[in-house]
Amino acid sequence: MKLELRGITKRFPGVVANDNVNLELNTGEVLSLIGENGAGKSTLMSVLYGMYKPDEGEILIDGVPLVFASPADAIAAGIGMVHQHFMLVPVFTVAENVVLGVEPTGSLGKLKIDEARRMVREISDKYNLDLDPDAVIEDLPVGVQQRVEIVKVLLRDAKVVVFDEPTAVLTPSEIIEFFEIVKTLVSAGRGVVFITHKLKEALNIADRIAVLRRGKVQLTVDKNSAKAGDVVLKVTDLTVLDADGRTHVENVSFEVHSGEIVGIAGVQGNGQTELVEALTGLRKATSGVVALDGKDLTHSDPRERHQMGMAHIPEDRQRQGLVGGLSVAENLVLTRYHDDQFSHGVIVDWEAADAIAETLITEYDIRTPSKETGVGTLSGGNQQKVIVARELSRDLRLTIAAQPTRGVDVGSIEYIHSRIVKERDAGTAVLIVSTELEEVMALSDRLLVMYRGKVVAELDPKKVTPMEVGLYMAGSRPDSVVTA
Amino acid sequence: MKSLFNKLGERLNRVSSMKLTLLAVLSALIVGAFIIIFSDVDNLKEGDILGAVSTVGSAYWALVVGSFGSLRAISNTINSSTPLILCGVSVAIAFKAGLFNIGATGQMLAGGMTALWVGFAMDGPGYVQVPLAVLAGAIGGAVFGAIPGILKARTGAHEVITTIMLNNMAAFFILWLLKTDLFQREDRTDPISKLVSTEGRLPRLFGFMDGRSDLVAHIGFIVAIAAVVVYWWFLKKTTTGFEFRAYGLNADAATYAGMHVKRLTVLSMMFAGGFAGLAGAAEVLGTYGYASTNFAGNIGFDAIAIALLGQSSPLGTLFAAILFGALQAGGRQMQTNSDVPIDLIIVLRALIVMFIAAPLLVKTIWRTKNATITAGQTFRGWGS
Repeated sequence: MKLELRGITKRFPGVVANDNVNLELNTGEVLSLIGENGAGKSTLMSVLYGMYKPDEGEILIDGVPLVFASPADAIAAGIGMVHQHFMLVPVFTVAENVVLGVEPTGSLGKLKIDEARRMVREISDKYNLDLDPDAVIEDLPVGVQQRVEIVKVLLRDAKVVVFDEPTAVLTPSEIIEFFEIVKTLVSAGRGVVFITHKLKEALNIADRIAVLRRGKVQLTVDKNSAKAGDVVLKVTDLTVLDADGRTHVENVSFEVHSGEIVGIAGVQGNGQTELVEALTGLRKATSGVVALDGKDLTHSDPRERHQMGMAHIPEDRQRQGLVGGLSVAENLVLTRYHDDQFSHGVIVDWEAADAIAETLITEYDIRTPSKETGVGTLSGGNQQKVIVARELSRDLRLTIAAQPTRGVDVGSIEYIHSRIVKERDAGTAVLIVSTELEEVMALSDRLLVMYRGKVVAELDPKKVTPMEVGLYMAGSRPDSVVTA
Repeated sequence: MKSLFNKLGERLNRVSSMKLTLLAVLSALIVGAFIIIFSDVDNLKEGDILGAVSTVGSAYWALVVGSFGSLRAISNTINSSTPLILCGVSVAIAFKAGLFNIGATGQMLAGGMTALWVGFAMDGPGYVQVPLAVLAGAIGGAVFGAIPGILKARTGAHEVITTIMLNNMAAFFILWLLKTDLFQREDRTDPISKLVSTEGRLPRLFGFMDGRSDLVAHIGFIVAIAAVVVYWWFLKKTTTGFEFRAYGLNADAATYAGMHVKRLTVLSMMFAGGFAGLAGAAEVLGTYGYASTNFAGNIGFDAIAIALLGQSSPLGTLFAAILFGALQAGGRQMQTNSDVPIDLIIVLRALIVMFIAAPLLVKTIWRTKNATITAGQTFRGWGS
C-alpha cells in the first residue's frame, strides 16, 4: 500500500496550520515527522485520520483519492493512530479494551471474552508485545499501555500506523523496546509514521525524515541515501602548540570521507578548539599535514580553505561567527562578499547580496524583523541559523561544525541538525565537534574521542553506550586505546 | 505592511540617535551660558543678573552672525571647516576599522610639506600644478600614516602610542626641513617656507567676485566635500569598505571570515593619513600659501572630537566639522562684540564631547524615552 498526501492545506482563523504539504509513505518503511510544537504535525495527522477536513489537497491510497469524513473512514482505509494520550478504559482488562467497539459477540450480543483473549494473545505473540489479556489497564506501566494501543490498531488491520509523539511518555529503556516493536511492524509489512520532536530518535528509526516548520515541509532527509565515499579531509600527525609551548593537539590523524559525519567527542578543553582552528586556518599547525581532496593546505589561510569548499560553523558565534553590529544581510555574505556573485571588482553588489539574504531568510526560517536588522539583536537560535545559512548554502566539500547548537533553542537545534544531515546526504564530508555527547552520538557515523589533545578512541556510535564513550572522555581505559 | 513598519522603526531609531547628538550640543550651549553668566564679573559685581544674561544673548548672537551672518562669515566658516572635515574623515575612517588615529596632526604636516615640495619643484600651469600638488599631499600623508599601521601589523605596537610619537617626529622633522635651503624663505632666519607662487595656490572659492579679497575660502572645501563623498562611497560600496566595517566591529569575526586583517590595519591607517595629508595640502596651498612649523595647529586633535560627535558616519562627520568650523569663525566675532573670550569656544567643544561621551546623562537631563544609545563606532581597547 502506498499512502500519499498531496498539497494538504489547512487553515484556522489567523493561521495556516498546514501549507501545501506533500508526503508519501510506503508500507514497510518508517517516515518520521519532526518539528517543534505548533509546526503543524498534529494538525496534519488529524487531517490524515479524518478528524479535520483539509481546505485544499487530497489523500490518496494506492493512487486513489479518498475523503475521510471521520476516523472510522480512515480506519476502514487501513490507517491507525496511537495517540499521545491513550484512549483506554482504566478499569477494563487488556482484552476488553482491545475489542472495545469491535467486540466479537455471540447470541443476544454476549461478549465472547475468550475470543477477545485469543485475538490479543495472537497479535501479542506475532509482534512480540508480551501482553497479558487479563491484566487491568490501571495496573500497567505506561509502556505496556502503549502496546495495548498498538494491539488495538493492529486488530483493526491498520496498514499504516501513526504514532503521535510515542516516546514522550516513555522511559529510556521503554523507548528501546518501542523501537524494537516498530521494527517488527515494519518487517511485517506495515508502514509507520513516527511523530517526534527529537531528531536523534528519528535518525535512529526512520528511513525518511520530514521536517515540518510553520506548517510547511521544510526538507525531507533520506536517511539511507548516505554512503561514505572518497577521503575528503585527511589529517596526518597534526600537532598544535601555543605560543607558550603548551601542547593542545598531539599527533592527531584521522580521515573524513564524503557522505560521512565524523563526530569528535570530548570534555571541553581537551584540544578540540585548537584542532578546529588548525583545520580552518585560524591557528598555525606546529607539525603534521591537513589535506583537503588530496591538496595540502596546512599553510593556507582561512580564505583559501573557504574557497576550496570548506565551511566552518565556529564554536562561538558572537565572537567569531558574526559581526553583531552589521545587518543580517551583511552577515549572510560575511565570508562570501568577495565572490564574483556578490562583487564586481572592488564594488560589492549589494542588490545580489540582498536578494540572497531574502532567499536564505525564508529558506532557513531566520526570524528577523528585516534583513537590515542588526544581527546582534536576534535570538541565539536565529543568529546560529544565519551562520548555518551562510556556510551551508553553497557547494561544499567539507563542513566543520563546532558546537553547532550551543545555546540554541530546541526548535532550532533540530533544524540545524537536520541541515547538517542533509549536507552529509548530499555528499559533503562533515566533521562535528561537540561537548554534547548526545549530539555527536546521534549525528555521527563514526565517533572519535579526544582526551588531552589526543584521539584516544574511534568508536561506532551505534554500538557503544554513552557510558563507554564517557569513560574514554574521562581518560579511562587507556589499556584498550584504539588510535584512529 | 510589516516591513514598512520596521523600516520606519529603524529610521526613528536613527533619528533618535541624531536627536541625542543635537541634545548634547544644546546641553553644551546651556552649560556654556551659565559659564558666561558666572564669568561676567562686571555685571555680577553690580548685581545686574539681567545684564549678565543679556551678555549670553549677545555672545551667542555674535557667534551666529560671525559664522553665518554674512558672506564673509560664511567664507570664514568654510575656511575653518575645510581642514576639520578632512581630518575628521581621517579619524573617522580609522575608527571604522577599529583604530584610533591620534596622528592626524603629523600626517597633516607630512602631507602639507609634500604638497609644498611638489608645488616648488614644479613650474607648470596652475591646472596641472595644483592637482598634482594636492595629490602629492594625499600621498605624503598616506605614506606617513602607513607607518603606525605597519608597526601595528608587524609588531602589535599600539597605534595610540606610535601616532603620538610620530606627531612629535613630524613636528621636529619639519622644523629641520623649514631651515633647509629648499624650503626656507630667503630673507628669514626663522623656520618659515618660501611662498607658493600665485599659480600654485588653491583658487579661492569666491575668486570670481572682484574686490572681495576678504573672502578667503578656497576650493579645498570642494576637495573636503569630495572626500566625504568618497568616504561614504568607500564604506557603503566597496569590498574593502565592508572589510573595514567588519574588522572595526569584530576583529575575530573578520579573521574568521578570511579577511586579511594585517593588510586592513595598514590600509586603514594609510587612508586615514591620506585624508589628513589632504588637509595639510589644503592649509598650505590654500589658506596660508606657505608652511610654518605649526600650520597643523590643533586640527588633528579637534578632528577626534569631530569624528566622535559625528559617530564616524560620513554625513555626521561633515556636519560636526562644519559646526566646529562655525564655532571657530563665530568665536572671533564673539570676542570682538561681547568681551566673552574666544576660549569659551574651547569650553563649548569640550562640553559637547563630554555630553556625547555620556549619552545616559543627556537622556536623563532631557528625559528622552526609547532613544537608543549609540556610542558610534570607535576604536578597540588596548591589547586588541
